Amino acid sequence: MFWLKKNLPKLVLTPSLGILSWFVYGFIFWTIYISFTKSKMLPRYELWGIEQYIRLWKMPRWHVAVENLLIFTVLFIILCIAIGILLSILLDQKIRAEGFLRTIYLYPMALSFIVTGTAWKWVLNPTLGIEKFAHDMGFETFKFDWLVTPEMSIYTIVIAGVWQSSGFIMAIFLAGLRSVDDEIIKAAKIDGAGIFSIYSKIILPMMRPVFMSAIVILVHLSIKSYDLIIALTSGGPGISSDMPAVFMTTMAFHRSEVGLASASAIMMFLTVSAIVVPYLYSELKREDAR
Amino acid sequence: MQDKETLKLNKLEADSKRKNTIYRWILYFILGIFVIYYLTPLYVMIVTSFKTMPEIRQGNLFSLPSSLKFDAWKQAWDGTGYTGGDVFLKPYFWNSIKLVVPAVVISTLLGAINGYALTKWRFKGDSYVFLLFLFGTFIPYQAILLPMARTLGVLGISNSINGLILVHVVYGICFTTLFCRNYYVSISDEMVRAARIDGAGFFKIFFKIILPISIPIIVVTVIWQFTQVWNDFLFGATFSFGESAPIQVALNNLVLTGTAVKRYNVDMAAAIITGIPTLIVYILAGNYFIKGLTAGSVKG
Repeated sequence: MFWLKKNLPKLVLTPSLGILSWFVYGFIFWTIYISFTKSKMLPRYELWGIEQYIRLWKMPRWHVAVENLLIFTVLFIILCIAIGILLSILLDQKIRAEGFLRTIYLYPMALSFIVTGTAWKWVLNPTLGIEKFAHDMGFETFKFDWLVTPEMSIYTIVIAGVWQSSGFIMAIFLAGLRSVDDEIIKAAKIDGAGIFSIYSKIILPMMRPVFMSAIVILVHLSIKSYDLIIALTSGGPGISSDMPAVFMTTMAFHRSEVGLASASAIMMFLTVSAIVVPYLYSELKREDAR
Repeated sequence: MQDKETLKLNKLEADSKRKNTIYRWILYFILGIFVIYYLTPLYVMIVTSFKTMPEIRQGNLFSLPSSLKFDAWKQAWDGTGYTGGDVFLKPYFWNSIKLVVPAVVISTLLGAINGYALTKWRFKGDSYVFLLFLFGTFIPYQAILLPMARTLGVLGISNSINGLILVHVVYGICFTTLFCRNYYVSISDEMVRAARIDGAGFFKIFFKIILPISIPIIVVTVIWQFTQVWNDFLFGATFSFGESAPIQVALNNLVLTGTAVKRYNVDMAAAIITGIPTLIVYILAGNYFIKGLTAGSVKG
């Protein structure tokens, strides 16, 4: 009875920990193991060395996916952070109806990527979308067919992704700005600093942790991005807007390449870990120091 | 000395007031442009959903419908006027409700009790246990899809709503535990300590002391889980198909398949219907929604 009482907290955590170690960590290890086997349609358990990884990195389609991921991530981060900073600084100027504006800037975040993708697919429609609107306005030669142009299709995903997530980055930066001491700004004003240099030289450098969080969130979002691509371009035209998450599910569930799919999943997992582990480490150290 | 400084400040403020009026016009102008940017797709979705297909082909994205016609909405919802074989949302909407309610309730309860055990009954190694949960919020789900599909098959719940409930509870626990743990950490231990001295046990303290003061974090957690589960596509598309699919999968099928003729009005009505539940939650409880977002991504 005493033992039970003493260990009750641990007992309560046990089911969740069991779930975690089976469904999260156990599954990851299973996927790692399978990535070293010859598994095709069904998992096979004889080891095959790093052959799947060699096959993966020899595949042109994987290279397309990785390149797209790089293009998407870089643009997604730059645009979201630029818009986020701009809007948060503007909203921080004691704006009337701030709550209302914030609500509008952030509502796309409540929508699913499938809804966002469906909406933008229509807006960007090469015949009836923005192109038609421009024609009606008198710009007869205006052409906007990125959705069906292999070289440009990845940028349509950037457009929709930024629309969905930039408001959220605004919210993070606004929270950061609000935690900056007003006295610092007042003191800088007395010293004659202009509003622009106050932000660029004093406040933004103080928000390094916010930048870090924003970048980690955005990288994480872009590596995981799957729904938006499926809804907007389905990875096409052809495979031109493929990304690792789409590659993985295609190989796993349509091409019967379980081993190869596992190898690509592990590449994604390693990339996320390489970014998240140092971030968590520094965050936890910061928490300890507090 | 003090006076001089206030004088200087006052002068500065008067100066800046003049400059301010111009600045503020520019400011509101830029903010207004972004309002248009964020609202345009929603506007386009709404007007398109009320047009007929000939109207869509004649007019442009932004033109208003000639009258309020709910035909497209009816088609998207229950297939009124369909020739058959087309997807409509009603059954899948209910699938998602049947999925969301248990998944949210179970994962939130587990998260609350985990967070409480991790913060108010500390034991050796508890911070490592927390790390296991924390890291779980970051994993790319591609790394668990294949074994999950097999496990659901073995359990006999693949392609069923029960299977999806399990999946969402399992991966939701990491987030709910994280939210609740971070909330309880900031609550003083005094009351719990006093109750323990009085002889109150683990569950008594949880239900009598902790749960009543947890309303804010429970609301945040419920909203987060609701949005996650409702908006999920990856799990839905991987682990269910046909009749047991959740709404996001149905929406995607509706847009992709459909008859030979594209019906953009029906697509838009369907997209709005799919987005309405989460939008309502966002409008009613925006602050809690934002708190969840920031707590869910800026860990700690």
